[in-house]
Amino acid sequence: MMWIDTIVQGILLGGLYALFAAGLSLVFGIMRLVNLAHGDLIVLAAFLILVMVSALGLNPFVAALVAMPLMFAIGWALQFYLLNRTFGTDILPPLLVTFGLSIVIQNGLLEGFTADSRRIPVGGLDSASVALGPINVGVMPLLTLASAVAVIIGLNQLFYRTSLGRAFRAISDDPVTAGLMGIRPKNIFATATGIAMVVVTIAALYLGTRANFDPTIGPARLIYAFEAVIIGGLGSLWGTLFGGIVIGVAQTFGAAVNPEWQILAGHLAFLLVLLLKPRGLFPRAVD
Amino acid sequence: MTDASLTPWKVETRAKASATFAIVAALIILLAFAAPLFVSRSVLQDLFFILTMLVLAQNWNLLAGYAGLVSVGQQAFVGFGAYAMFALVILAGLDPLAAILLAGIASSLLAVPTAFFLFRLQGAYFAIGSWVIAEVVRLALAQLKMLGGGTGTSLPREATRDMPALKLVGELFGVKSSGAGDILTYWLALLLAIATIGLVYRLLRSKQGLGLAAVRDNQEAARSVGVDARRMKTLVYLAAAFGTGLCGALIYVQKARISPDAAFSVVDWTAYVIFIVVIGGIGTIEGPIVGVIVFYILQNLLADYGSWYLLILGLIGIAIMLFAPRGLWGLFAERTGIQLFPVRRRLTGGTVTPSKKGGPHG
Amino acid sequence: MALLETKGLTASYGDFQALFGVDIALDPGETIAIIGANGAGKTTLMRSIAGILANQPNAVLFDGEAIGALPAPDIVARGIAMVPEGRKLFPSLSVEENLLIGRYGRAVAGHWSLQTVYELFPILKERRGNPGTALSGGQQQMVAIGRALMSNPRVLLCDEISLGLAPVVIKDIYAAFPRIRAAGASLVVVEQDIGQALKVSDRVYCLMEGRITLSGAPSDLTREKIHSAYFGAGA
Ligand SMILES: Nc1ncnc2c1ncn2[C@@H]1O[C@H](COP(=O)(O)OP(=O)(O)OP(=O)(O)O)[C@@H](O)[C@H]1O
Ligand SMILES: [Mg+2]
Repeated sequence: MMWIDTIVQGILLGGLYALFAAGLSLVFGIMRLVNLAHGDLIVLAAFLILVMVSALGLNPFVAALVAMPLMFAIGWALQFYLLNRTFGTDILPPLLVTFGLSIVIQNGLLEGFTADSRRIPVGGLDSASVALGPINVGVMPLLTLASAVAVIIGLNQLFYRTSLGRAFRAISDDPVTAGLMGIRPKNIFATATGIAMVVVTIAALYLGTRANFDPTIGPARLIYAFEAVIIGGLGSLWGTLFGGIVIGVAQTFGAAVNPEWQILAGHLAFLLVLLLKPRGLFPRAVD
Repeated sequence: MTDASLTPWKVETRAKASATFAIVAALIILLAFAAPLFVSRSVLQDLFFILTMLVLAQNWNLLAGYAGLVSVGQQAFVGFGAYAMFALVILAGLDPLAAILLAGIASSLLAVPTAFFLFRLQGAYFAIGSWVIAEVVRLALAQLKMLGGGTGTSLPREATRDMPALKLVGELFGVKSSGAGDILTYWLALLLAIATIGLVYRLLRSKQGLGLAAVRDNQEAARSVGVDARRMKTLVYLAAAFGTGLCGALIYVQKARISPDAAFSVVDWTAYVIFIVVIGGIGTIEGPIVGVIVFYILQNLLADYGSWYLLILGLIGIAIMLFAPRGLWGLFAERTGIQLFPVRRRLTGGTVTPSKKGGPHG
Repeated sequence: MALLETKGLTASYGDFQALFGVDIALDPGETIAIIGANGAGKTTLMRSIAGILANQPNAVLFDGEAIGALPAPDIVARGIAMVPEGRKLFPSLSVEENLLIGRYGRAVAGHWSLQTVYELFPILKERRGNPGTALSGGQQQMVAIGRALMSNPRVLLCDEISLGLAPVVIKDIYAAFPRIRAAGASLVVVEQDIGQALKVSDRVYCLMEGRITLSGAPSDLTREKIHSAYFGAGA
């Protein structure tokens, strides 16, 4: 019984990691860019929601809705004015610029909000739980997983059912020919990053409501997200969800054995997958 | 670009070796070794900091600037080297000096399995992968209760005090053991910095180094002149692990107190190092030297501003990457044509770089 | 006035100059062919017009407007579409999606739509759900042409559409040209197959080492003239 409970909690935790990872997966799939500031942007969004909740007295879910267009604009501008300039044959500039950005965001947040731990209050919701057969699951973790699934479905619809999604795929296949179709890479990339930041805002809502956070926890979220993306296979959104769940389950099992092993167990699961299936569990056919 | 095969590739060395620089360098080195005679302990400690950061920066530059391996996980080797040294001193009762050398070797041994994992990842994923490895090593070492677990431990006083080398230095300068410790670690850092620069210089001027530059500039062309990129990159990765681990051990002999969070700090051992190299100029030996000086000045100017300091450092790094990707030294060298360490070999011919007119859009 | 015109067009790849002052003109409703040996600069000329390579603004005129310096999306939006050399279908898009994306930068009403493209090349309708790259070479070429037509272009640039295809397939594809012309597009056809070029075009330009060496109506050109323009006088 205890094992089933551990697995269920792990899957629910995996939902959170999948939310961290979905934006990273999206951006990588389209422009092969890895944003080392991804985790810090999640934390930034969490502070944005927190400010709206505490200053304007908004409900956290409403605050997240308000934060979404703001984060979209931040992502759009970041990509259009900064990251687009780093593209070229050399991988150094995008990596080092996003690494610098990570340091800038972290320390900007430290300056603005100090290193204190915060939490976004959600009323009684964080202690509410429902009985699923013999085990109790928290309402917030359940909502997290449901949101992750919804985000993945939404992104897949966008990718495979809309004209924008076709442009995303075309540009990742062949940017020059995409230009002949009238697709403007800079705008498309900016839009993609904007959308990734909307997903980041959803991730931030659950990051901030389920546990304490402070300005320095971004890099660890980036690492979990990255592990989920690699486990799932580059460019596969459902794979990313599965990868998040693998990390989540590994962590809860690790924690069940010894609380100090939680994080380590997640990393080891990642290394194991890398060892056995270097291209991830669900690699995309065309690369 | 299949046309690349049409024009044969040639390799050129722009050898503008400066004899005057060699003389000046020799004088500076002499002066540096004599420094303990005329500078205070606190200056010596600052110089130690500068030299060790320079060693870390040269190692990272070798990885990223020459081999194209952008690692954000070099703290793995700083921390592992430091912990290996602590283990050898505390658990095996070794002399710290011997332990430093063994710690370097231990670090390069750690690099064997990590290379095995990391080389499955490309480009940006290599970067985050290296970070994961550093986290794994940190979390694993934090489990070792005999080395203090998560809270860390200190070097036993008698281990450092009874070092034969320390006694010698103490008698030579007529100072107490703590002062002698500073002199000794300073000298070691100086030796390490000179050795690192010397070895990197020699590596880059050798046939292997030539291959490395070729790989960085143009994978395809490198293959056509018969360079095994993967083997070169692995060798560089192991060498950088050795140098970084050695340096980490030396830093922690001086600090004498270790904890997993400090020894594996991504800010201290990787972020600072990256900024030093980027600001100074990536892909040159001079760059990290210029970078570490600028870094030290900035640190002293901004030390009182807390997180503003890192924020500004980050902004400077971004600005340099965007507007002067070859760094301060690159700007200087471009204007003057001066090269202190003439190793920049370039493949000439073959490639076609689009010019303004008639170049592709975007 | 010509619909599309290049005036003293030059183009370089780095230090290597590929075009040296090329002048061509395309009148409304006309089809011109560009012929020339391998490496003559035909593709470079197409890429310059399509905006993949940037030029002096006045080097390319479309409807009197200087478009030489505009990037590709701005060129498509004005009504110049290209069927690139080597077809260049998007592997992650299905046949139908490859066609649909042809409208991305210019979704104007006109003769061409999914339905009319499927009527032009019925086989594509059968294979609409397949990935573009799963098709035979000839079918892929049809997708590439259909994709360009989806923007209802006023000028269609075709770069070596017969490349690597069997003669019967080439015949099938060129059989579609009268309908493409009838729907209102003017055509620039790049061909290495001189016979084919003479058959489809109203006028021919011969390009050699980045320069126009011959031009005229097919009926005015003799084999000898073409031969020397193609390979150089000494050949
Ligand atoms: N991307 C490029 N970089 C460098 N040189 C190029 C490039 N593309 C073409 N060239 C050179 O420009 C010249 C013209 O090439 P272009 O492709 O325009 O010829 P083409 O007439 O289309 O030949 P083909 O019949 O083989 O398609 C050639 O000498 C070619 O080697
Ligand atoms: Mg061609």
